[in-house]
Amino acid sequence: MNAHQQPTGSAYFIAPETAKAESHTLSVLVSNEPGVLARVIGLFSGRGYNIESLTVSETEHEAHLSRITIVTNGTPSVLEQIKAQLERIVPVHRVLDLTVRARELGQERPIEREVALVKVVGHGERRAETLRLAEAFQAKVVDATVEHFIFEITGKSSKIDQFVAIMKPLGLMEVCRTGIAAMNRGPQGM
Amino acid sequence: MTDSNNQMPDNQMTGAEIVLRALKDNGVEHIFGYPGGAVLPIYDEIFQQDEIQHILVRHEQGAGHAAEGYARSTGKVGVMLVTSGPGATNAVTPLQDALMDSIPLVCLSGQVPTTLIGSDAFQECDTVGITRPCTKHNWLVKDVNELAGVIHEAFRIAQTGRPGPVVVDIPKDVQFATGTYTPKPEIAANISYQPKKEGDLKAIQAAVELMASARRPILYTGGGVVNSGPEASRLLRELVHLTGFPITSTLMGLGAYPASGKNWLGMLGMHGSYESNMAMHDCDVMVCIGARFDDRITGRINAFSPNSRKIHIDIDPSSINKNVHVDIPILGDVGSVLEDMVRLWRALPHKPAKGQTEDWWAQINRWRARKSFSYKHSSDVIMPQYALQRLYELTKGRDTYITTEVGQHQMWAAQFIEFEEPNRWMTSGGLGTMGYGFPAAIGVQVAHPGALVIDVAGDASIQMCIQEMSTAIQYNLPVKIFILNNQYMGMVRQWQQLLHGNRLSNSYTEAMPDFVKLAEAYGAIGMYCDDPKELDHKIEEMIAVKKPVIFDCRVANLANCFPMIPSGKAHNEMLLPDEATDEAVANAIDAKGRQLV
Repeated sequence: MNAHQQPTGSAYFIAPETAKAESHTLSVLVSNEPGVLARVIGLFSGRGYNIESLTVSETEHEAHLSRITIVTNGTPSVLEQIKAQLERIVPVHRVLDLTVRARELGQERPIEREVALVKVVGHGERRAETLRLAEAFQAKVVDATVEHFIFEITGKSSKIDQFVAIMKPLGLMEVCRTGIAAMNRGPQGM
Repeated sequence: MTDSNNQMPDNQMTGAEIVLRALKDNGVEHIFGYPGGAVLPIYDEIFQQDEIQHILVRHEQGAGHAAEGYARSTGKVGVMLVTSGPGATNAVTPLQDALMDSIPLVCLSGQVPTTLIGSDAFQECDTVGITRPCTKHNWLVKDVNELAGVIHEAFRIAQTGRPGPVVVDIPKDVQFATGTYTPKPEIAANISYQPKKEGDLKAIQAAVELMASARRPILYTGGGVVNSGPEASRLLRELVHLTGFPITSTLMGLGAYPASGKNWLGMLGMHGSYESNMAMHDCDVMVCIGARFDDRITGRINAFSPNSRKIHIDIDPSSINKNVHVDIPILGDVGSVLEDMVRLWRALPHKPAKGQTEDWWAQINRWRARKSFSYKHSSDVIMPQYALQRLYELTKGRDTYITTEVGQHQMWAAQFIEFEEPNRWMTSGGLGTMGYGFPAAIGVQVAHPGALVIDVAGDASIQMCIQEMSTAIQYNLPVKIFILNNQYMGMVRQWQQLLHGNRLSNSYTEAMPDFVKLAEAYGAIGMYCDDPKELDHKIEEMIAVKKPVIFDCRVANLANCFPMIPSGKAHNEMLLPDEATDEAVANAIDAKGRQLV
């Protein structure tokens, strides 16, 4: 009743966020039509959501469907909003939170894999060391000269992070990563 | 769908012809627009027919708001037509306005020929890119054979589910090209967009049981009831009658329940009534029907209705749990859900006891007795609240539609003008667009030529789309602009007073035009009143005029809009008019600021 005695400060009330943010992986099935990726990305930037990883490719040619895999983080209520907002986009067919689904299935996480191409340049002894380590990581040599290797490596993001870190002192020149492809374990489809 | 082996010759036509045919097939009678290079083929078709009337506006923003007013007063889709580049960018404000207030709007825009797209051609802009975040969906049509299908789909998406604006961008070469017209499909082809109308019966049953157990219930309704159609308003009234619950509404939902109804608590929110906000705060069961817990409604979110269990009916899943956690969400169309709710309430084996809400109503009546909309009357100057009270008294019982601009006058209009029916009140709620009211009134008048259409305006807002007076004159639309002229951007001034030490930075309307002469310059009628004793007579004169009128109503310059939930405060921390004396308001103002008054 004595509201006017305290300065109100702002036109909007900004509540401090108390819930903890977590990282989730979403699978989004969309019509493969012009601008659909812009709609999805625009939603994330427009509403201030985070994107940690994003991959997109046509998965069902006849049905003109693409599958977008997004790794995002937020509080549980933000993650619920992200899913609901994605479903509002007209060419979006389905949104599945793979992380939630994995929990429902009694699993720790969905399967998440990434491919990376890693270029390492070096001479002499360092080359032997590079190859030995690559073998340990099951990285395949896809191109080479006497000065360089390009490795193809597949695995969890953490494994690739580690491989890249190890290659750094051995002459790491260039890295290209695909972002995460993900799917739930078990016989059930999306 | 058309069988390609059995093509009728009259299925072949130009893109521009397809546009007109598709509009007719979707029941369009009026479109609001402005021509330009990239839409000339469509304008040529408009010229050669007379089933669809084109209303020429003076600025594309006016076309959009007019289409919004048309849509909101009829329940139909509003249609606007603009050219490429600046035509499309000028349409952005009404598109976002329609998005936030869930108004069905189809905007057709011209685009440079497909071969020039991306070349920075004259009057080119990335219309689809620019309008992507301010539409429900949009399309760039590059193939004339897809044009009809896209327009049909545009109308379906605009008006189904949670309604909203859509844009169809049509390059000029597609307008000239010949292609096949496909009729409106019986079943929509797009499988990814299939909004659900029916609510989950289990959830509705749980909601009804919770409602029946309530001792301190409240119905909090919004624009979704109006959008759902007249049947939803009827069912809402039936539900109120059956349950005896008190009911409040957002700015957008006014009229769904009649203001004369005995359960009506008035509008809620920042400038809503004391009784509605206190009831929201203290209730034990809240039923939110077609509203979205907007920040102007909730006040401080972590103090919002702390002890209630909440039921939320909404057609848009993203509205559920967005700002406020609810206990029973019901996804579906308000009309359909209310129908089930009314039926299940009637079927309850044990109706709530007669006196179950008696104490609650007694409490509500004590809050009501505070008369939170009261103000000090003056016999020397016209109080803005008094002006609106008189406007309401002298227009009630008539076929009246009210639109508003944005600011203090808008809040006073919501407080003092009473609505008995839905679709009678057009205002920019979500986006808060100054300049909305006058073009919206034009749209309403086009749809209801015989009605009394009044734009309640402020002296600042009205200058944002005043050019549309020329439109009103051209089409003999006798719209009345009732300006509450206090020579300030009143709401800005009020906030500067409350929050910024009364430093009235740029909120005084300098170099005010002579509104009477301005009206006359356009060929309209100008009226002026600054004497409370003359007001009734002048308002009656305004109503009697069968031409557009600008009524310059000079009101008390420094009146503020109360009650008010100051930002960051809870519903039960309202600033009431009897407490908001000059002295009380000035308490928040430092001594230096006070000297500047």
